[in-house]
Amino acid sequence: MPFKRYVEIGRVALVNYGKDYGRLVVIVDVVDQNRALVDAPDVVRGQMNFKRLSLTDIKIDIPRLPKKKTLIAAMEAADVKNKWENSSWGRKLIVQKRRAALNDFDRFKVMLARIKRGGAIQQELAKLKKQNAS
Amino acid sequence: MGNFRFHQYQVVGRALPTPSDEHPKIYRMKLWATNEVRAKSKFWYFLSKLKKVKKSNGQVLAINEWLSSHLPRFLVALVSLIFERKPTKIKNYGIWLRYQSRTGYHNMYKEYRDTTLNGAVEHMYNEMASRHRVRYHCIQIIKTATIPAKLCKRESTKQFHDSKIKFPLVFKKVRPPTRKLKTTYKASRPNLFM
Repeated sequence: MPFKRYVEIGRVALVNYGKDYGRLVVIVDVVDQNRALVDAPDVVRGQMNFKRLSLTDIKIDIPRLPKKKTLIAAMEAADVKNKWENSSWGRKLIVQKRRAALNDFDRFKVMLARIKRGGAIQQELAKLKKQNAS
Repeated sequence: MGNFRFHQYQVVGRALPTPSDEHPKIYRMKLWATNEVRAKSKFWYFLSKLKKVKKSNGQVLAINEWLSSHLPRFLVALVSLIFERKPTKIKNYGIWLRYQSRTGYHNMYKEYRDTTLNGAVEHMYNEMASRHRVRYHCIQIIKTATIPAKLCKRESTKQFHDSKIKFPLVFKKVRPPTRKLKTTYKASRPNLFM
């Protein structure tokens, strides 16, 4: 299978380990085999090992080593935030965060909602079974 | 950026003034050591090899650390520390060293791509230890310099001199995001494709 996600200037990656876990960063330059210079709108530009990055499908158009303003403008133009939040990967992460932040009352409400949903599914299933039987 | 084992120090020293020589020449050295005490010791080691002065008849006038983190320009002037000029810019560092192997002394020239000189030197010490089994005390750094891309000699640094660099990450190591979540056994086979 050919590769689809490349390490290249402008590739958006997710930090999957360490202090900046969960943050979206842009690869701005490549230091060497194992490290990239990485930048995000609210982070000082720094180097990061590729082992800490998970490449995403999103790529923005920036020149090599852009200024912070250029980077932010390019990210706005490519609408990285919305693309990420609408992608299935991004949505999963949002749901995970939401679930982790539930308090006990919220979990109770979720339980009730699941029971209700299960009941509705069972009703439909019973109807279909009856149709099939007859 | 962060904690480096090897700190860069600038040590300034001279021989003690004597009746015959009221103003002895002052010498400055840039060294790498793990701490200040070792830096001063190394300073005398090198200086006594070059000039007729020992620690007992000399004095260290100043020792400043060369830090590689990012500090705003206006603070650098206030504080008497020295900082790396542009720690967010990737540079090609050439390091000339003299090391002692099991059979004798050799000179070497190595190139590293890094954002800071401290990082490159740390890389160098690690690489010398792994490739040549040479430990810290058997390495003397003769010279370090930032090399412009045209003058780099090693293919492994030159291959990154590409403004449109692009390569896939071939093998994704699946790693739990914190060491606390590490387990010996996993329920399902990991997917190694990026």
